[in-house]
Amino acid sequence: MKISEIVDILDADLLTDVSSMDNEIEKCGSSDLMSDILAGQSEKSLLITGLLTIQAIRTAIIAGIGGVVFVRGKEPAKEIIEMANDADIPLLRTRYSMFVTSGRLHNAGMTGLDGQR
Amino acid sequence: MASFSKCYAIKKNDFIKAGDASIKIKNLLKSTDIDPAIIRRVAVCGYEGEINVAMHGGNGKICIDIGENQITIKIDDDGPGIEDIDLAMKKGFSTATDKWREMGFGAGMGLPNMFKNADKFNIESEKGNGTHITMEFSLKGNI
Repeated sequence: MKISEIVDILDADLLTDVSSMDNEIEKCGSSDLMSDILAGQSEKSLLITGLLTIQAIRTAIIAGIGGVVFVRGKEPAKEIIEMANDADIPLLRTRYSMFVTSGRLHNAGMTGLDGQR
Repeated sequence: MASFSKCYAIKKNDFIKAGDASIKIKNLLKSTDIDPAIIRRVAVCGYEGEINVAMHGGNGKICIDIGENQITIKIDDDGPGIEDIDLAMKKGFSTATDKWREMGFGAGMGLPNMFKNADKFNIESEKGNGTHITMEFSLKGNI
């Protein structure tokens, strides 16, 4: 699934530049605990989180995450968006909760980090 | 790639910069022909270790050595040390402060993640003498 399709499913705003809109994402991880993301098979996955910190983006870079969704309409600080742009990681913002965000993507065919549905 | 070594400083309680050295290390390794799966394991171990130092350890440093057959990551700090290493290695055990938990840490997975991702993992620590971790990653079969 492309980032552009995820934007539609979540009625999301794309917060970063559009260069990585064609990233293919097949699995998702919902967490506010960075070590859970680092421990999982999170390469090229979508990170769904309510954690708007610089460390969420660092975790995404380290883990090789394909995109990050901030839930509940939260607006990240400018430096967070800049860091994601520099690393070419798309950042999305949706008004939906983590539960509804996960449900919508699951309904659209996404799996968890371990491939389970 | 010829042998290469570099160290980066880690500062106590630096919420903003902690982890930056591991991104530099990851970018450095991406410029080589090393398997991306190994690069990810090195980066995860470096990052977890760096956060641990900033969160618990005090001031310290992370060093990478890239050899012909292996990558070595050494993380040393001058912090309070770990009283019970077996307990610290247990999944879910954490002594993280509320401030670090707000940053998304304190899951009690840092040391277990490092142990899992490194081919060789050694930790030395005692109360009052800091913590010293060495991790090796084989570039050719098993070490």
